[in-house]
Amino acid sequence: MIASILEWLTSSATWSGEAGLGARIVEHLWYSLLAVVIAAAVAVPLGLWVGHTGRARWLVSLANSLRAVPTLGLLFAVALWLGPKISGELAFLIPSVVVLVILVIPPILSGVYAGVEAVDPATRDAARGMGMRGMEVVRQVEIPNALPLILSGLRSAFLQVIATATVAAYIGLGGLGRYLVDGIKTGDYVSTAGGAVVVSVLALLVDGVLALVQRLVVSPGLTGGRTGRTRRGRSEPTTASTSPTTSTGSSTRSPARSGMSAGDGGVDSHAT
Amino acid sequence: MIRFDGVTKKYPDGTVAVDDLSLTAPTGKITVLVGPSGCGKTTSLRMINRMIEPTSGLISLDGQDTGRMNEAQLRRGIGYVIQHAGLFPHRTVVDNVGTVPRLLGWDKKETLERSRELLDRVGLAPELADRYPSQLSGGQQQRVGVARALAADPPVMLMDEPFSAVDPVVRDQLQDVFLDLQSELGKTIVFVTHDIDEAIKLGDQVAVLRVGGKLAQISDPAYLLAHPVDDFVADFVGRDRGYRSLQFQPAPKLPLTSERTLLLGESTAGVSGDWVLVVDDSHRPLGWVEPARVSGEVTSEHLHRGGTVARASGSLRGALDAALSSPSRRGVVVDDEGELVGTVRAHEVLSLIEATDRPDEDRADAFAEEGA
Repeated sequence: MIASILEWLTSSATWSGEAGLGARIVEHLWYSLLAVVIAAAVAVPLGLWVGHTGRARWLVSLANSLRAVPTLGLLFAVALWLGPKISGELAFLIPSVVVLVILVIPPILSGVYAGVEAVDPATRDAARGMGMRGMEVVRQVEIPNALPLILSGLRSAFLQVIATATVAAYIGLGGLGRYLVDGIKTGDYVSTAGGAVVVSVLALLVDGVLALVQRLVVSPGLTGGRTGRTRRGRSEPTTASTSPTTSTGSSTRSPARSGMSAGDGGVDSHAT
Repeated sequence: MIRFDGVTKKYPDGTVAVDDLSLTAPTGKITVLVGPSGCGKTTSLRMINRMIEPTSGLISLDGQDTGRMNEAQLRRGIGYVIQHAGLFPHRTVVDNVGTVPRLLGWDKKETLERSRELLDRVGLAPELADRYPSQLSGGQQQRVGVARALAADPPVMLMDEPFSAVDPVVRDQLQDVFLDLQSELGKTIVFVTHDIDEAIKLGDQVAVLRVGGKLAQISDPAYLLAHPVDDFVADFVGRDRGYRSLQFQPAPKLPLTSERTLLLGESTAGVSGDWVLVVDDSHRPLGWVEPARVSGEVTSEHLHRGGTVARASGSLRGALDAALSSPSRRGVVVDDEGELVGTVRAHEVLSLIEATDRPDEDRADAFAEEGA
């Protein structure tokens, strides 16, 4: 089995053509990126606002309750509702992206909110005392200090969206989900397993790239840097905010992603 | 000049943090607000830069009502030093110091130069400039905090227990650095502390607040020690206030006795007496020896170093302490270069003290006028 998967993965026939693995990876990344960018455009400003003002914290809870919605069910519902109103390929793309956006708003929003919330009150107080105005406090103090949690929210969002973007194939769209859906339909388990392997590798690669970005953009003053001294109150919120993301994510959505256990397991164990 | 006019801060739950406070912090002087916890000293301080808004009353800065000023602009014009320093963890030391200049729109180069200059002034090595706050000791962080408050050269500084979180030795150093800076810069400073010793050491004027935010007494430290207005203030300024008040009385011409001295390495042969003072080549006192216990040359191990050294230009407290702590009962007095000028005995200092007037009402009035 493993040998045939490897053979499938390395064969040039698998990779070539418009429906080849290369094109599918690009499609898959495109859906994922589109979803994360749209979700971030909504969730980052919202999270900053909630964290900065301390108002409307229920928005974060509300978003987190969205995690309970089964992705596949939502996809069919949105596709049936929106599909007839849109023509062409967009009829498939828009429902898929909408569903993925809903999927990744919670981790991004909680990350941003938790990050801003966890900024030491003394630091924020000092910023105001120096004469920073509201937006200056957000830009110069809250965002840089929240960056580790903001980025871990984004990483978790990417992991989930890459794993879940496979569902787009159920409503006839491309992406790596094609191998899973078509493979199961035709009994071609080698390409099913191969597709799952590619999904997990892709998720890990993207996560690795983001980890690198995180190391570059987060101030060494926050990570302890060379001295290895930890800042008080920083390590705790990090684990508190990321672990619910992954644990609720895997338990509530796993029925919607049957057949992807390889990718799923790999993704979640990495995220925690 | 900062003026409080009937300022009250009352919280919605009915707690009164500051009760009808009126006082003036004169230009170029250090005004210390001191009192037990819950006396509203920090609240009073934070009302000056409007981190807290007063419920009623008026706070003015050089005659201008701060309540009518733009908050951010007001704060940018006031240096603020926070307990535990409150540095920005994500910024390097030099960028922390440059915070307010950058907010005020200085260019990067100018800000950097100014920040480096200030780090030097507060006694931080240049190589610390690119470190992050978490890599500094508590004392170093506090120095950065002071430098950050001074960066845009504000005429007014607010300091909220800035030295309370460091150990006593470091605190003493920081206080000295701070007094040195102030003697050069002459800022108008309001300083909050719960430590009466710190208040007396640093304050040109000390305001004692009692729990509930009422002003108990305000005066210069010497007068405060000599004339506490009631039992609360008397208790708060402490038991040894009589002795401590001597620190504000400059030693008049001390009746000095010249000493027979020995150089380090000299032989004690032919030297008599209980105790002999040993000095170095520049005539700086090193310690006392008992000639009878030394055979041959005096070495460093023979020296008794228990005595303190008073400066001729210092206070009566220094002179008395030198006499009391000296094993020979003769207090060592040096000039400003640290060279021995003679010794003085405790009873001689005491008769000087008795001949000196205690700080009285006239003196307090004179201070108030000078301050205004």
